[in-house]
Amino acid sequence: MKTLRDAKVGETVKVVKLHGEGAVKRRIMDMGITKGIEVYVRKLAPLGDPVEVNVRNYELSIRKADAEMIEVE
Amino acid sequence: MDKQLRIALAGNPNSGKTTLFNKLTGSNQFVGNWPGVTVEKKEGKLIVDREVILTDLPGIYSLSPYTLEEVVARNYLIEEKPDAILNIVDATNLERNLYLTTQLTELGIPVVIALNMMDLVKKAGDVVNVKELSRQLGCPVVEISALKGDGVADAAKAAIEAAKHGKTLPQHSFSGPVEHALAHIEEVTVHNLPEEQQRWYAIKVFERDEKVLEQLNIPAGVRAHIEQDIAAAEKELDDDAESIITNERYVYIGNMLKGIYKKKGKGQLSTSDKIDKVVTNRILALPIFVVVMFLVYALAMGTSIADGGIAIGTFLTDWTNDVLGGAWLQDGSRAILEGWGAAPWLVGLISDGILAGVGAVLGFVPQMLVLFLMLCLLEDCGYMARIAFIMDRIFRRFGLSGKSFIPMLVGTGCGIPGVMASRTIENERDRRMTIMTTTFMPCGAKMPIIGLIAGALFGGSTWVATSAYFIGVAAIVISGIMLKKTKMFAGDPAPFVMELPAYHLPAWGNVLRGTWERGWSFIKRAGTVIVVSSIVIWFLTSFGSVNGQFGMVDDLYEDDAVVTDEYIAVVADRMGIPEDEVEPMDDSILARVAQPVSVVFKPLGFGDWKPTAATVTGLVAKEEVVANFGIMYAYDDQEGEEELEENGDQIWDRVAEDFNAFSGGHGQLAAFAFMIFNLLCAPCFAAIGAIKREMNSRKWTWFAIAYQCGFAWVIAFIVWQLGRLFAGGVNAIGLIVALVLLALLLWQLFKPYKEAQKLTVK
Repeated sequence: MKTLRDAKVGETVKVVKLHGEGAVKRRIMDMGITKGIEVYVRKLAPLGDPVEVNVRNYELSIRKADAEMIEVE
Repeated sequence: MDKQLRIALAGNPNSGKTTLFNKLTGSNQFVGNWPGVTVEKKEGKLIVDREVILTDLPGIYSLSPYTLEEVVARNYLIEEKPDAILNIVDATNLERNLYLTTQLTELGIPVVIALNMMDLVKKAGDVVNVKELSRQLGCPVVEISALKGDGVADAAKAAIEAAKHGKTLPQHSFSGPVEHALAHIEEVTVHNLPEEQQRWYAIKVFERDEKVLEQLNIPAGVRAHIEQDIAAAEKELDDDAESIITNERYVYIGNMLKGIYKKKGKGQLSTSDKIDKVVTNRILALPIFVVVMFLVYALAMGTSIADGGIAIGTFLTDWTNDVLGGAWLQDGSRAILEGWGAAPWLVGLISDGILAGVGAVLGFVPQMLVLFLMLCLLEDCGYMARIAFIMDRIFRRFGLSGKSFIPMLVGTGCGIPGVMASRTIENERDRRMTIMTTTFMPCGAKMPIIGLIAGALFGGSTWVATSAYFIGVAAIVISGIMLKKTKMFAGDPAPFVMELPAYHLPAWGNVLRGTWERGWSFIKRAGTVIVVSSIVIWFLTSFGSVNGQFGMVDDLYEDDAVVTDEYIAVVADRMGIPEDEVEPMDDSILARVAQPVSVVFKPLGFGDWKPTAATVTGLVAKEEVVANFGIMYAYDDQEGEEELEENGDQIWDRVAEDFNAFSGGHGQLAAFAFMIFNLLCAPCFAAIGAIKREMNSRKWTWFAIAYQCGFAWVIAFIVWQLGRLFAGGVNAIGLIVALVLLALLLWQLFKPYKEAQKLTVK
């Protein structure tokens, strides 16, 4: 299973499924990362975490631990 | 008279909501907090109609039960039922903004949409069919530019009209299995609730929203019945109920926008993207961050302009302290009052008590205004979010936010603005943790204490000051790790999924207003606390019982009938000092109280009344610690000597002698423990006032103070007891207790810990 965490900088991936539950999952979905949406991985923070992605035409910062819950292809 | 209309302003963070609120209400605003939480609440009267109250809800992305801001907003909307919602929508980011709109339209409250930043959309060549958007959403849409003020009055009028006559019905529907379940839920559980709110409640029940389920208290049988419908929908759509709803909202918006929003072309980088490419570049990000932080610090708290630095803040504060506060207010008022022939106690109360306290507060104001101005600038232009992005990795390990860096940095200058700078942290748990730990940083006023100890007992060694910073940082790290595992902090989850808003030029109106609001709230709240406490401390040091007579000790000591030679001998004996060193202050309430209280510090090695009294007066201002040492070690500047130096070097010998005497020859160790305690214990009253203001809760304020004092005591205790293992003279019981405390500390530090998933509000 490939997750958003594995996606490389500069890559555009498509969300397949969201794992996990509760607050973090809801928050990720509230911010617009839902099934079928395309996510562009823009960059890594200088210290290697979190990741900056572009989704629904805006910039979002997400921790790698949370990105692991997002299955992509 | 008609019922007063109330309109709620709702919208995403960074959608221009603050700008719109300011444009709609002008100067007519009341700033406070939502009850019991650290979230700021603003209300104002509309400029177009002074009879209408506009309530600014916290910036939110959704009405989920998981973040404090969202819970505050939805509780207000459901319980207070405002007459209309003015929903500001960022036209450059329609999809995510309308996601909140779909939820707002379900509340049974008329909604009016203020479509902001349409000018930017048009400039980019994109097209939004506003008429069609309004038709599809079922509510009026007004195009505005909050920054320029275009259309703002029209939006307000539309909202008033809607509040009087409007009605909004949600236009979107969910898929078959969901609607089927919703119909059932409406039938069996929510039919006795107000009709217009039934849809909202039904959807929340379907989502298994804990807060709503708790509130409705559905009987178990009914609950099981509903659960079947929900489970059926979940099975058919292969997802959990909450995610189904979220997903379908976004799908609905996506389909709707296909016919409404036309993007000209895509791919080219915006100006904001170009800036961000440099500013958060992997290599350049940290150096740029250091430069920005250096500038903030150097301009506000660094070396004053008068001394060749660039700090306008320090320059103004020095002037306020020395000229306005010291010379004009304190000395001036004394001259005037004495000229009027006022009683000495009254002169003392007003000049030395109240005005000295007010002066101390005023002194901070210019420095803080400069600092807040820069913080507001960073916030408004979008860099603050990047600070969290850059520093998150380090700080989250200690239960803090990447944005905690700024309060800590500012705290090395002064803890008060440090505590107040925590307001930019979104997560309440991180914010509270930051408020509690910021004052561990050695602030400017603690420097003289370090100077005194280093000079008097360590031959001026620089490692003492270095160790003070190290201890401050270590205290923050250790406290963060320990506290985040405690019950007080374990409650709330901290998802760090954060929008990085586009950079833009700061809106000066917002920046200046934000600066002033913070400055004013400091003057008001910290001001009252410090004034009252200054009076109390002034009273404790000025009054006392001398040879059976109560009054101002300075006056009573003038009277030889009261202060007889025999009495002086008694005092000298009680205080353990030679007779010729007896001072009026030795009979003050403070000295009397400090004597028994000093028992508390016995296990820390400095259980003597002098360091105890100095520690207590340190609550007024940490500078007072050294000043009081000066008084207690009988430094008298009236006998032709120079004024006591800031680090008290004239009394170093006497301090060293005394510390060595009462600690049984371990003066260095006792002094170091004394310094640790004073660095880590509760900050001055002004900073405590700031903590109270930011925590917005008596319980949390007391918890913070108790924790700081307790932590300071434990660390100083361990240092003193374990230190004697090497210095000689071990106390067996003390050593065992110290080892137990150390073990507890380490256990709390290293025990496993799991993030919570639920938000606990009230």
